[in-house]
Amino acid sequence: MISIRNVSHSIDHHPILHDVSLDIPRGGITALIGPNGAGKSTLLSLVARLAALTTGEISVDTLQIGKCKDRDLAKVLAIMPQSTQVSSRLTIRDLVGFGRYPWHQGHPGPEDREKVEETLTRFGLEPLAHRFLDEVSGGQKQRAFAAMAYAQSTPYLLLDEPLNNLDIAASRSLMRLLRDMAEEDGKTILIVLHDINYAAAFADRLVVMKEGRIAADGKPEKVVSAKLLYDVFGTDAPVCMMDERPVVLV
Amino acid sequence: MRRLTLLLGLALVAVLALLSLFIGAIPLDPRTLFSDPEAARLILISRLPRTLAAILSGGALAVTGQVMQILARNRFIEPVTAGAGQSAALGILLVTLFLPGAPIWAKMAIASLTTLVGSIGLLALIRPLPPTQPLLVPLVALVYGGIIGAVVTFVAYQGDMTQFIGTWLSGELSGVLRGRYEMLWIAGLAAAATWIIADRITLLGLGASTARSLGVNVARITALGVAAISVVTAMTVVTVGAIPFIGLVIPNLTARLLGDNLRRTLPVSALFGAALVLAADILGRVIRMPFEVPVSATVGVVGAALFLYLLYREPRHAA
Ligand SMILES: Nc1ncnc2c1ncn2[C@@H]1O[C@H](COP(=O)(O)OP(=O)(O)OP(=O)(O)O)[C@@H](O)[C@H]1O
Ligand SMILES: [Mg+2]
Repeated sequence: MISIRNVSHSIDHHPILHDVSLDIPRGGITALIGPNGAGKSTLLSLVARLAALTTGEISVDTLQIGKCKDRDLAKVLAIMPQSTQVSSRLTIRDLVGFGRYPWHQGHPGPEDREKVEETLTRFGLEPLAHRFLDEVSGGQKQRAFAAMAYAQSTPYLLLDEPLNNLDIAASRSLMRLLRDMAEEDGKTILIVLHDINYAAAFADRLVVMKEGRIAADGKPEKVVSAKLLYDVFGTDAPVCMMDERPVVLV
Repeated sequence: MRRLTLLLGLALVAVLALLSLFIGAIPLDPRTLFSDPEAARLILISRLPRTLAAILSGGALAVTGQVMQILARNRFIEPVTAGAGQSAALGILLVTLFLPGAPIWAKMAIASLTTLVGSIGLLALIRPLPPTQPLLVPLVALVYGGIIGAVVTFVAYQGDMTQFIGTWLSGELSGVLRGRYEMLWIAGLAAAATWIIADRITLLGLGASTARSLGVNVARITALGVAAISVVTAMTVVTVGAIPFIGLVIPNLTARLLGDNLRRTLPVSALFGAALVLAADILGRVIRMPFEVPVSATVGVVGAALFLYLLYREPRHAA
């Protein structure tokens, strides 16, 4: 379980998060939605110890963020950050292979190689495996980084807007892949999404953030409504139900 | 591809090393090597040390250039001209002025220390520069290196040591003899040691947060990388003088050919770096025989040409 307790965070004395508490039990997909600047990425980077936690407590299973070793957390939690601007010329296979680093510490064994090949297949990256990162499209690169996080084989997976740059087919197949991981492998996935329809269709739970606070939390069909869109995003898009699932008409 | 470049590098170094043993102001015939004691003496005392010095400095400079480019996240930078080389000269100059009696290891340690300070200063200076302006980094580095170089010249002038600074600021291999180049083995060792942390340096190239989320100790690896850079720069500057361009051109060449996975590319870079310095040194010996052109000059010309070629060939990527 990821347990976030009374976390507040400021950057340069600007308060970004206000007393956020959230529990994410094992298993399932939790989607984090909210307007730009709501603090979603900040919350994710705090959980992944990429920003220093100053107020409040976060733990992942038995590991206490801020106290546990980076190496130990790297075997439990993987994160794919929002922007993956990278100038390194690595092949996609090498990049995915580096996702195994916490396990092999630089000496990949047969099981690491197997995992890399399985990941490449699962993410449809095999035909691109030998290509350098600066020789593939933005969406393909995005998929490669998602694959790298997956190859890390952690029970917890944090993804910050992984559908950026992805076309509809790639978006749906990535979300379906995540569902498989949640259902078959029992992974716990926390994902930031902007497209509420994707969130409602694939997530078990929606957490809505606004101005550094949690504005709503619950099953998609309970949370998504025209009123929420108006209150949180300030836009009046109609919401209708299809197959017992809320759909935002844009 | 990698195996091919590795073999090519090995073959190049082997052939050039042989040439380097037998080409020079005093002609040598490989057939008389074992019958003629003079020839053997010349090889052992002068030609072999000189060849080894070229291989060690070239290989080490190429490797640390590559490490520097990853730490600085910029491909247009190399330690020797970016302040580290000048800081090494400053260190050895200060020791020679104020502690002339210090043992050689102490002098080397102090030169390494000033180089370390100079390298850290550079990294701190370029950290806030926007990544969208990649050319700012080499510009700042150029100015920074120029300022330290000016300080070196000033101090040397005040201390009446101007005749020495040339030997540090511009590299030359003609003075290399047995007993006067062995410090370069330390440079070679320091460069070889980066191989151990090659994976983690590569991960740093993906950004500090990515490295950290995979459990890499970012501060420690950065420190080790900077330490290797400083030791290599200091040892080469003090023993043979600053050899520019190797740390710039070779990493760009290998990155273009093989990418940035240092575990794979560092050995290739080392070989290409050694080959380039060997070739430049041989060229310097034959251009105006029996006189010699310093290796820093020939490397400068060959390296600049190679770099321009790489620049214009390379498709411009967004980042
Ligand atoms: N490095 C920074 N310096 C100053 N303010 C920052 C910094 N990073 C983020 N912020 C501010 O923190 C707030 C939350 O940012 P965060 O990136 O967490 O938002 P987000 O919910 O992920 O937004 P988006 O949907 O646009 O990715 C924003 O108001 C942003 O301006
Ligand atoms: Mg964000």
